[in-house]
Amino acid sequence: MRQLFWKNVKMKMMEKTDICTIQNSKIVLNNNIIFETPTENFSDFAKEAYKSLELNYPKFHKMDNLSKLAFLASEMILKDEDHSRTALVFANRSSSLDTDFKYQESINSQQNYFPSPAVFVYTLPNICVGEISIKHKMQTENAFFVLDEFDEQFLNDYAAQILRSGKADKVLCGWVELYQESYKAFVYLLTL
Amino acid sequence: MRKEIYITDYNCVTPLGFDVSSNWNALLEGKSGVALHKIIENQEPFYASMIDSEKLNKEFNRFFDSAQNDSTGFTRLEKMFLLSLKPLVEKHQISDETAFILSTTKGNISLLKNQETLPEGVFLSNLAQKIADFFGFKTKPIVVSNACVSGVMAIALAKNMIQAGKYKDAFVVAGDEISEFVISGFNSFQAIGTDICKPYDKNRDGINIGEATAAVYITSEPNQNEKFSFKVLGDSAINDANHISGPSRTGDGLFASIKNAMTEANISVEKIDFISAHGTATIYNDEMEAIAFNRMGLQNIPLNSMKGYYGHCLGASGLLESIISMESALQNTLIPSKNFEETGTSQPLNIIKENQPAEIKYILKTASGFGGCNAAIVLEKC
Repeated sequence: MRQLFWKNVKMKMMEKTDICTIQNSKIVLNNNIIFETPTENFSDFAKEAYKSLELNYPKFHKMDNLSKLAFLASEMILKDEDHSRTALVFANRSSSLDTDFKYQESINSQQNYFPSPAVFVYTLPNICVGEISIKHKMQTENAFFVLDEFDEQFLNDYAAQILRSGKADKVLCGWVELYQESYKAFVYLLTL
Repeated sequence: MRKEIYITDYNCVTPLGFDVSSNWNALLEGKSGVALHKIIENQEPFYASMIDSEKLNKEFNRFFDSAQNDSTGFTRLEKMFLLSLKPLVEKHQISDETAFILSTTKGNISLLKNQETLPEGVFLSNLAQKIADFFGFKTKPIVVSNACVSGVMAIALAKNMIQAGKYKDAFVVAGDEISEFVISGFNSFQAIGTDICKPYDKNRDGINIGEATAAVYITSEPNQNEKFSFKVLGDSAINDANHISGPSRTGDGLFASIKNAMTEANISVEKIDFISAHGTATIYNDEMEAIAFNRMGLQNIPLNSMKGYYGHCLGASGLLESIISMESALQNTLIPSKNFEETGTSQPLNIIKENQPAEIKYILKTASGFGGCNAAIVLEKC
């Protein structure tokens, strides 16, 4: 009971202002459907969403699927506001294994050996955080964790200490899980 | 008043030795773990800092009896992790308030070769859980995977989560191994040096990939018997927001990381006795660092890069280099930045050229990596 009470007090101190989820070819922001398509394939879904939402950021097309997922969800929340004091704290289960697998295929065969730097750079999960930082010029605290399952408490605890230390005024937290056609993003903004 | 956080024990497994004292002695003699190794079939060998597998297996079998290791089987990297953690786990008790933090970029990525589906072992959380279960950790492992700053961030994570009251203490382990995956990737970037790397030198031409594991014990309640302790005073990890693979031309992220870490540590520039820098020996990284250190007014502080000894051990490098810098402070000796001869950055740095005695109280450790990430921590010898 004591623990529960303490948790509740803590949650009151930190406020969750916006929430974006992406799954099943649907983007939902604060309970409103922002974009939906019958297209099941992730790459096509992402491309359609990009067009429909008029994101107008050609770098998007060079990103790997994990970065596209994280980018789309973050875009919904960050918009064109000032985020020079917003930290980024992201996590997932499959790290960059989606791109790792593709990169590995390019070096499996000695006869067909074509490692590409444009693919290799995405074999790190924190690259998606870098992409969001670049888009919004966020020279702020950022971190990427790999956990066996979504653990909102952990992300919130980590975000809370960033906010309390004064290293940021807001934290964009995100669970961005993607491997092949299985994906889910849950991204939200926290303030004190 | 925030709790004070201390590093009171550490260990490492590298090509220069399987404990800190053998590493330290090798460093004093100027030995490098970097040599030519055939890593990719049908390709010329690469300069890399690689642990001898036979020696590793011998050491592993010496420390872990067959009863412990016959049932599951461990990968090469897992053996390195277990060897680095074992002495710490023997000295410090694991409770249900003890965190287990693992820093890595690629974990068991070698298992992916010629696979059609993902083997369980390539998931970083499975790797962490396997090591955690072996030693009987009770809390859920946390994996930090933030490219080449992971090792520095892992120390910061332990500090911050203990200060926030989430844990009492933490075992932090960091590791990455040399793989065809990583070597071929950096080679595709044309980022691999043609000799033992030369951080900050005029003739530097790229990195050497290295492999290592390193482990530290971090606590808010050091006991009376600790041989040493270092306070973790401040930390920060700021993104350049510039490019996903190219270092920033302004050093903005590294500059801000150092500034924040020093502000939190509440110490001024002139108090820093030594900088353990990143220094990968690529043209643009080292130049970026020189700019950031100058912007901070740190250009006169003695500085080294350990990459000429260990290569770039990716997720392990930040923790390994932090350990060596603490050992440096305990031994009152600055270690030279191996292979530095002639200034090769547009702005000056005080690069250590030979072993020299020094009183070291405050250490600044920095790192930078792909994705535009940077990290800095400030340590104080107690």
